[in-house]
Amino acid sequence: MPFVSPEIFAKQRLASIQDYSILSWRAVANLFSRPRYMADIYTQMDSIGVGSMPIVILTGFFTGCVLALQSATSLQAFGSVSLTGNLVALSMVKELGPVLTGLMISGRNASGMASELGSMKVTEQIDAMRALGTDPVRKLVTPRLYATVFMLFFLTIMSDAVGIAGGALVSVALLGLNASSYFHNSYRALQYADVIQGLTKPLFSGFIIASVGCYFGMNTKGGTQGVGKATTQAVVVSSVFIIIVDFIVSRAMIGIFGR
Amino acid sequence: MTPDLAQSGSATLQQPSDSQEPVVVVDDISITFDVKPVLQNISFTVKHGETRIILGPAGGGKSVLMKLINGLIKPDSGSIHVFGEDVSHMREVDLFKLRSHIGMVFQESALFDSLSVGDNVAYRLHEDRLPEEEVHTRVVEALRFVELENTIEKFPSELSGGMRRRVSIARAIITKPDLILYDSPTGGLDPITSTTIVDLVIKQRDVTKTTSLVITHRLQDAFLLARNRFNTETGKVEQIPGNGIDDSTKFLVINEGKVVFDGTTEELVHSPDPWLKEYLS
Repeated sequence: MPFVSPEIFAKQRLASIQDYSILSWRAVANLFSRPRYMADIYTQMDSIGVGSMPIVILTGFFTGCVLALQSATSLQAFGSVSLTGNLVALSMVKELGPVLTGLMISGRNASGMASELGSMKVTEQIDAMRALGTDPVRKLVTPRLYATVFMLFFLTIMSDAVGIAGGALVSVALLGLNASSYFHNSYRALQYADVIQGLTKPLFSGFIIASVGCYFGMNTKGGTQGVGKATTQAVVVSSVFIIIVDFIVSRAMIGIFGR
Repeated sequence: MTPDLAQSGSATLQQPSDSQEPVVVVDDISITFDVKPVLQNISFTVKHGETRIILGPAGGGKSVLMKLINGLIKPDSGSIHVFGEDVSHMREVDLFKLRSHIGMVFQESALFDSLSVGDNVAYRLHEDRLPEEEVHTRVVEALRFVELENTIEKFPSELSGGMRRRVSIARAIITKPDLILYDSPTGGLDPITSTTIVDLVIKQRDVTKTTSLVITHRLQDAFLLARNRFNTETGKVEQIPGNGIDDSTKFLVINEGKVVFDGTTEELVHSPDPWLKEYLS
């Protein structure tokens, strides 16, 4: 890798942020003007949402299982094993459900978007689309952005639900807890603010996954090697952004709702 | 022959009524990538109905010039007018409208690999939300023009390089554009397939009289275009009798980013320029 001066490096980073911001803004704004590619949005919803269900269900379920198993050990020291339901529900809904789902979808879809758009870029298909009078951002980025934001919201709800169910299975089968008591405690532990917090996060994560994936795809350079690099960068950057934004949203929500 | 394709789509464009007005005016454009100047002070015009062959060694900036004319990239200086519109300073959203009157054949075909041949050719018509029946009829017609109507259900990966190039031509001409840009349509193809592609360009030129720019670095393709015509009666491409030359075909020779020659076929072959003489020999 060639060495560049700090000034050039800083300018390159600033230019990237500018390009990313412009792309994101155009992708969002395109839905409010014609033409709208609704069929492409539904196709992406199917690909991103329905296609990701198996990994989200498996991840959520086993996260709930292991959470119940691990927390029971600590709670036992205080004689509070019966509170396993509270802990699992709160952890899943507020934190693990949104974050893990975001990371899983990032691994599956940010990489998919970057490689698909990157391949189109290096084979001049994006230029061909422009030459045919179609705005590639409107046709390719906007449907992916809205589909990801919309579907990640519901995938997170699903992850939360199966996570709590996984916790219930472990609590009943391995810890000997009463199922009714587990679900009752889980339900009582959750407050309105917790649910709002848990369901706000996927909106940000979905935006990050699609915008970062598409940004790296649309800016791919250098043939197949470039496509590989864009794919890796998309997953790394979107995953890190999801965790950073998770912290910011958590802090903001605690500030607003007090928990 | 396909009568619909034989009609020019110029009626759909808000073009100046004076057909003598140049379709493309390139005025003193220069562009540099990183520190390397790719094109320097290029100027030329393309008149209505003219076929301009852009000739020159590989790596001379011909494809960049084609992308500049279509507004896909912007020049560092100078201006480019297409149908009277300054594409070098237009907003992208306005360029999309203008480009619906321009057909472009890319060097590597640039077909959408996730779409079938039929959907690739129909792409522009689907964008315009035309009825499916009309779309199908026009797709079959365009594919028949390039003699590939039996590939409609296939995917680009199932076709040979020459077939992909022909599908790309069908995609470019289906909307009956007023200007066609061929970026090295014979690049990387064997001589027989190249001749097939050049025949299609000649057929399109002589049937529709559409203004076109053709990039090539192969002299034989350039002179094939200049010395042949499409016979509508026999439906075949033939040499112009009496060693004739097509009047509407002109040359622009570019070397290392600079215009070396701009003129007719006659002027090109009689040019005293030593570099040109050596290049043509």
